[in-house]
Amino acid sequence: MNYSISDMLSFTFMQRALIVGIPVALCAALLGVSLILKRYSMIGDGLSHVGFGALALAAAMNLAPLKVAIPVVVVSAFLLLRISENSKINGDGAIAIVSSSALAVGIVVTSVTGGLNTDLYSYLFGSILALSKEDVVLSLVLCFVVLFVYIFFYNKIFSVTFDESFSLATGTNAKAYNMVIALLTALTVVLGMQIMGTLLISSLIIFPGLTAMRVFKSYKAVVISAAVQSVVCVAAGLFVSFYAETATGATVVCINLACFIVFAAIGFFRTIGFSKK
Amino acid sequence: MSILRCDDVTMSYEGVNVFEHLSFKLEKGDYLCILGENGSGKSTLMKGLLGLIKPTGGKIVYSDDMSQNEIGYLPQQSAVQRDFPASVYEVVLSGTLNSRGLKPFFGKKEKALANKNLERLSITHLKKRCYRELSGGQQQRVLLARALCATKSLLLLDEPVTGLDPLVSAEFYELIKDLNKNDNITVIMVTHDVRESIAHATHILHLENKTCFFSTVKDYVKSSVSNQFLGT
Repeated sequence: MNYSISDMLSFTFMQRALIVGIPVALCAALLGVSLILKRYSMIGDGLSHVGFGALALAAAMNLAPLKVAIPVVVVSAFLLLRISENSKINGDGAIAIVSSSALAVGIVVTSVTGGLNTDLYSYLFGSILALSKEDVVLSLVLCFVVLFVYIFFYNKIFSVTFDESFSLATGTNAKAYNMVIALLTALTVVLGMQIMGTLLISSLIIFPGLTAMRVFKSYKAVVISAAVQSVVCVAAGLFVSFYAETATGATVVCINLACFIVFAAIGFFRTIGFSKK
Repeated sequence: MSILRCDDVTMSYEGVNVFEHLSFKLEKGDYLCILGENGSGKSTLMKGLLGLIKPTGGKIVYSDDMSQNEIGYLPQQSAVQRDFPASVYEVVLSGTLNSRGLKPFFGKKEKALANKNLERLSITHLKKRCYRELSGGQQQRVLLARALCATKSLLLLDEPVTGLDPLVSAEFYELIKDLNKNDNITVIMVTHDVRESIAHATHILHLENKTCFFSTVKDYVKSSVSNQFLGT
């Protein structure tokens, strides 16, 4: 293919993918830092599977996919958070059950109603061709909401993430902020699923934060680095997948993995350097 | 005017009463150590004092000029914190959040308070360091500075020296005593360390088998409860 960059950017589907992909990547990275530190990484994964189940149902009933998926995933986010907070039930196990069941229900429903159609296939592995104009608008609006809420509550989210008992004791409603985090995560997961696919969206949440933590030592630096790196990886992933004709979601994940390896190496050599002194 | 009063308090954990009919009051500047074996209800009482769980009977009352938001709390460290990427300054500053209400960002007043408390615990030189790379004793100082940002008058400490070596523990006890004496901060500490408690505290609350024994340190040393514990 001999497309120049301006040729590439003239395709509507590439424009849409960038317009949706960049803000979603930003939101995912910001929330990811909190989720990783609170040991909630698997919630993103669980939610994306629930999202797939919801989409399958929506397709079977001929309803607009996002309008079904968003409420279902938001409700599941609250439930999963509850399960994780309740030490009597094994949180990990519960999330595994919920996510595999949702995936199974989705697949059973689709096989009853006529097999995997292209729409569902693209939700499973991600496709930038499936984005409609309506999706773009909805994604942009929700991403701005997520960003605004996150920045507004930044200091509270830090406090609740670092030490829940302290923030509870000093009168911060930690439970409410956990809910806020879960709600924002649910929205981000549903929006990101379109590009990244159900099976890969959780990497968009987890990778940037973990990568940033290899090198940076203050919370603010980790958050900013995760955000920048997530956006760069998604944009790079879109370009590479366009030229190399590879699957977009998987390409983005591979670039994230490369980033992680580089950062981990930097972190590793730094600690060796420190111990020599 | 007492700063804290417990009236006939009974608390339960998962439906079982852990202690019953606890009554005591603390004046400003008192130093109370809560002793007792594991499972005697020390942590449950702590949660009650913090307002995280309600007593099943009786009342816990703070004086009028103290609100729930003004308790400085030093919790036991959790696994999450040990590998948390945060600078010392970020951690200490987060202690001022309770006075902010819904306002989203820190102002000059909060930053000044955080710096003052870093200075007070002589950890200003650690300000930019990463919390997870500090030693156990330094981490406790950081958490204490955060607690001081949240309060002017009352500190609650939950087994603050667990995992610290004897020298660092002794330093930490001196620090607490200093805050208690010189800044007139009321201290409530849950601990296993009977000897240190007797050396520093003004009052002892001993929880055992659902009963509570509250007294001044002098009376405690004379009592039979302490004899079992001290093994004398």
